[in-house]
Amino acid sequence: MSIILDHVNYVYGADTAMAVHALRDINLVIPDGQFIGLIGHTGSGKSTLVQHLNGLLRPTDGSIYFNGEDIHAQDYDKKKLRSKVGLVFQYPEHQLFEVDVFSDVCFGPRNLGLSRQETELRAYAALKQVGLEDDYFYQSPFDLSGGQKRRVAIAGVLAMKPDILILDEPTAGLDPKGRDEILDQIAKLKAETGITVILVSHSMEDVAKYVERIIVMNQGAVMYDDTPREVFQHYKELEAVGLAAPQVTYIMQALHESGIPVRTDATTITEASQEILRVMSDHRT
Amino acid sequence: MLRDITLGQYYQTESVIHKLDPRVKLIATVCFIISLFVVKSWIGYAVAAVFLAVVIRLSKVPFKFMVKGMKAIVFIMLITVVFNLFLTPGEVLFSVWKLRITREGLQQAVTMAVRLSFLIVGSSVMTLTTTPNSLTDAMEKLMKPLKVFKVPVHEVAMMMSIALRFIPILLEETDKIMKAQIARGADFESGNLIRKAKAMVPLLVPLFISAFRRANDLAMAMEARCYRGGEHRTKMKPLRYAGRDRIAYVVLTAYFAACIGIRIWL
Repeated sequence: MSIILDHVNYVYGADTAMAVHALRDINLVIPDGQFIGLIGHTGSGKSTLVQHLNGLLRPTDGSIYFNGEDIHAQDYDKKKLRSKVGLVFQYPEHQLFEVDVFSDVCFGPRNLGLSRQETELRAYAALKQVGLEDDYFYQSPFDLSGGQKRRVAIAGVLAMKPDILILDEPTAGLDPKGRDEILDQIAKLKAETGITVILVSHSMEDVAKYVERIIVMNQGAVMYDDTPREVFQHYKELEAVGLAAPQVTYIMQALHESGIPVRTDATTITEASQEILRVMSDHRT
Repeated sequence: MLRDITLGQYYQTESVIHKLDPRVKLIATVCFIISLFVVKSWIGYAVAAVFLAVVIRLSKVPFKFMVKGMKAIVFIMLITVVFNLFLTPGEVLFSVWKLRITREGLQQAVTMAVRLSFLIVGSSVMTLTTTPNSLTDAMEKLMKPLKVFKVPVHEVAMMMSIALRFIPILLEETDKIMKAQIARGADFESGNLIRKAKAMVPLLVPLFISAFRRANDLAMAMEARCYRGGEHRTKMKPLRYAGRDRIAYVVLTAYFAACIGIRIWL
């Protein structure tokens, strides 16, 4: 189970005066079970890229393989692909339409042609996975709060039981508490089910804590593709393209520059504090 | 997916026609359409064709953009031509089975086809060279006299420009929701008419909700900036006639007079 992108290019509005080269020669391998952060500033092509992964957009040039099969081959079953590669769009709450939360989550699995029982079982499991209380199941989705709506929308994709879950800016427009709740829930889901998760974001801070691999996009091309530790070492280059490393990176770099012998590759606050404590205790003895 | 819909497609370029006052273009388009129904002879259509060709040339818009607009009415045109061709009584040229083609019918059909295509191309010249906003500005200015009859001219113009402004936004929104539902396994293409109509529900409900939300936000934003309708409202870029607009009016008058002259004397 993996996705391979082979020299993928995409041009918006090809053969018009306003052609925009959104993706340039993307080569990526996304193996099973990874937790990946896809980072880039607005307009860097990250949303365009994820829409290629479930076949919503067709590359202008290049191919995409899912489990070794070309997803744009004549007889390839796109519907099956979309159930395996679940894509949660930006502001997914804008796609809710049913009379109650539960039926809305049933929409995905029902489209797959599953039996009623299986559909409802999956919807129930998905709503539990995103941590929504039973009390909300038969309310109108439009009466929920922003964060709850978003959970329902994510559950709508989870109910299709994807092998790969892609979330496009799942925390956009949420307050810090809502953001942490959603991200923690996703991390928990990942730990429990072992599915592949791709988290699209423009904030390093958000993803640094969770992911094991970061892909940085800039102007439609892959700029870095490495572990967070390695990527954040390039914080100066990241700044040049309108991104930033997590704040701890800056603190550690500043400490290092002022002569305190700390390692600069801490990515989370916990790691950083441990590193500072280590140096301090070394200093004392 | 939905980007191909042409509706008030403005073609950005620098040309004399683009620079003309939108009022001139609006009046010219109306005059041109009337002239198509004034003339009856081949000479008249030739004059109209020359006038149109010169304007298109001056506008610097590639001809294929004009033809694009024609695609939408091909079906209507076909029906008109066929009905005129077979159902006009008169001198029979030849007949196949029960269908008779008459000399008058042939003439009528060709005239209709020419008129319709000139009409479409003529009005696309206007929409291709004028931004929707300046067009509504022109309409507001031209309809000002109607205020005497208590017609809310400014409000109508405002509504029109808001509606025009929202078309691309809603198209984009539709595209997004459609993709989101396709990602959840929705199928908008296959199935019979009833199934297709049912498949639209997951698209239309979110679309309406978002349209209402946007309308609400816009109303709020307008009120926050103290919008209170057309009374004593000034414009940042008021419409003013320049030298080229007067020349355009002279040319237009000459053309229109020529059309009437042809109708009367030829």
